[in-house]
Amino acid sequence: MAKKIYSTYPMVKYLRKEALPTALCPGCGGGTVLNAFANAIDGLKIDPKDLVVVSGIGCSAWIASPYFLADTLHTTHGRAIAFATGVKVGLPDKKVVVISGDGDLASIGGNHLLHAARRNIDITVILVNNFIYGMTGGQVAPTTPFGAKTTTSPYRNIEHPLQISETVAAAGASYVARWTTAHVYQLIGSIKKALQVKGFSLVEVISQCPVQFGRRNRMKEPAEMLRWFLKNSVPVSRARNMSPEELEGKFVIGEIVNRERPEFTTELNKLIDEVQEHFGLKGDGDV
Amino acid sequence: MIIRGNEPEQLRLLRKLYEPGNYFMQGNEAVAYGALFAGCRFYAGYPITPSSEIAETMARELPKLGGYYLQMEDEIGSIAAMVGASWTGFKVMTATAGPGFSLMQENLGYAVMTETPLVLVDVQRSGPSTGQATKGAQGDFFQARWGTHGDHPIVAVSPTSGQDAFWETIRAFNIAEKLRTPVVVLFDGVLAHTREQIKIPDVSEVEITYRKLPENEEEARLPFGDPHGDGVPPMPLFGHGYFTHVTGSTHKETGLRDVYTPEVHDRLVRRIHRKIEKNREVYEKYEEHFTEDAEILVVSWGVTARPALGAVLRAREEGIKVGLFVPKTVHPFPAERMRGLAKKARTILVAEMNLGQMIIEVERYVNDDVLLKGVNKIGGVPLTVEEILREIRGVA
Ligand SMILES: Cc1ncc(C[n+]2csc(CCOP(=O)(O)OP(=O)(O)O)c2C)c(N)n1
Ligand code: SF4
Repeated sequence: MAKKIYSTYPMVKYLRKEALPTALCPGCGGGTVLNAFANAIDGLKIDPKDLVVVSGIGCSAWIASPYFLADTLHTTHGRAIAFATGVKVGLPDKKVVVISGDGDLASIGGNHLLHAARRNIDITVILVNNFIYGMTGGQVAPTTPFGAKTTTSPYRNIEHPLQISETVAAAGASYVARWTTAHVYQLIGSIKKALQVKGFSLVEVISQCPVQFGRRNRMKEPAEMLRWFLKNSVPVSRARNMSPEELEGKFVIGEIVNRERPEFTTELNKLIDEVQEHFGLKGDGDV
Repeated sequence: MIIRGNEPEQLRLLRKLYEPGNYFMQGNEAVAYGALFAGCRFYAGYPITPSSEIAETMARELPKLGGYYLQMEDEIGSIAAMVGASWTGFKVMTATAGPGFSLMQENLGYAVMTETPLVLVDVQRSGPSTGQATKGAQGDFFQARWGTHGDHPIVAVSPTSGQDAFWETIRAFNIAEKLRTPVVVLFDGVLAHTREQIKIPDVSEVEITYRKLPENEEEARLPFGDPHGDGVPPMPLFGHGYFTHVTGSTHKETGLRDVYTPEVHDRLVRRIHRKIEKNREVYEKYEEHFTEDAEILVVSWGVTARPALGAVLRAREEGIKVGLFVPKTVHPFPAERMRGLAKKARTILVAEMNLGQMIIEVERYVNDDVLLKGVNKIGGVPLTVEEILREIRGVA
């Protein structure tokens, strides 16, 4: 049965078939993210040979690694962006993409996220924000909404969630957008833009984890979570005129920032050229 | 960019930039120049005393050679970036000390598991914790061996002087490339900051090796296989269209994760051990002085090997039958040779700048009838010739 579905799925050419079926739970938003990513790659006609995908540890980290058929580097928890930094310097002409979870990229890996944005290195990060640590069994995350229940905030979460997109935009990224898994076409559009931007780009995807988050917060059906996303999404343009109180518990969606800034690997190579020029080291052949 | 592709250009640049001859420089600078001669063109690091001059030298020199210096946000990111760059074909290095080495341990384990060549220089400083941050020590002997989790092999080399640091760094790169493994250089804060005469050779005198690349598609599809029976899989680099999957989780020969089958884990981890055990000739190295007729044997390593040699020379002048054994690759330990020497000696003194670490390794190869004694000093000041000589006289 399952085989039949894969064979008629048009994006199957981008998947590592021997790794299927995926380990994600039924109804997990991870599948939507993988689908959107494959569609963006397909839409831009990017040859997967020109792509390196890096991820950390967590359910969301599995979305592209191992499932996406490209060079894939599945790293330690939180460090994907730092690994990707080395890959990008080594292969500046390839697209280097990081797909991982909010715990992975914004909690343990928060420092790398900020500094990659500051450096403005040409990496595209797709951050799957499901408000929870899915893989380890539903513990509280830095993105868990105020008041929500998790296995380690069994009474209620008394911490405030990190606004990842706004933080990364402030740190200096070239492109930042936020969508939910209920905004698939907009999400594909933003992933495409992010892939084309020369600089650090982040696409935050609010995604459902019905198993670990939904179940404990009265939304055990995936569809309930999607309805929650739709009902509480506010476009960036409208959010600008709203007070912090009005924005409490809302998901601001759309492009947070889109700007040009000098990019790290370009600057690094420019510097090397200048230094070699300065010291008269350019290939003049005097062996 | 694969350095192997533009080797003639690299040799031209090295010749032009670093004329062969004698220079007056720090041990740290010698490490950096060794790395440059070995073909290192990617350095990612985070400054920490007493290793910082390695980063500073690399930041200054790498761009001249078309190489990349990255100052990362921390040590964890530094070793992560190195692994990423190594998979694109670069020879990569970082240098750190004490707390930084501790932070790098998780990804050092990742490099072991993913068989990623890299060189990690640990300029040992006094600890625990921030201890005497600016002082040298030899307290990371076991951190290098057992710092990361799981059953893993490790290769660690340890230079005994600035000049030696130049050559041992090159050797570390060659071992890393030949065995597709991380190699630790256990340097120390004393030699790192000692300035002495260091001879820079002509590039033709430097042996340089490169990692094995897949010869065909078949080999490229098995990035963790063993097609040549030496335990070392060819490394399919990123960006060549092989669709390689690399994970620190237990994986099959294809690279795909399988954490549930006991045999898969057993096969992988045993091969990673075997490739180190079986290829001893690639890394085993030690020095001996007057060991033929030695009744007393001094065993020492790194910075302490120098005063130890001074003490042995002086004791010989006094007619004491004493010899010196210096492991240059400290992990895996030169077990066979140590066992052989231990059979002939009646007393063994192990001199090191710690409260007794290598002595625990030495003890494994020594019979009960031998008197085994540590000569130890901590506090950031190295052992002197006199201090070691006094101990030799004491057991003569
Ligand atoms: C250093 C380290 N600490 C903790 C863990 C355990 N761990 C595995 S996944 C994970 C959280 C993943 O959360 P997230 O990134 O949000 O991904 P999700 O599973 O929710 O998609 C944690 C804490 C680990 N693997 N490594
Ligand atoms: S636990 Fe949650 S995030 Fe993980 S696969 Fe299941 S639904 Fe998805």
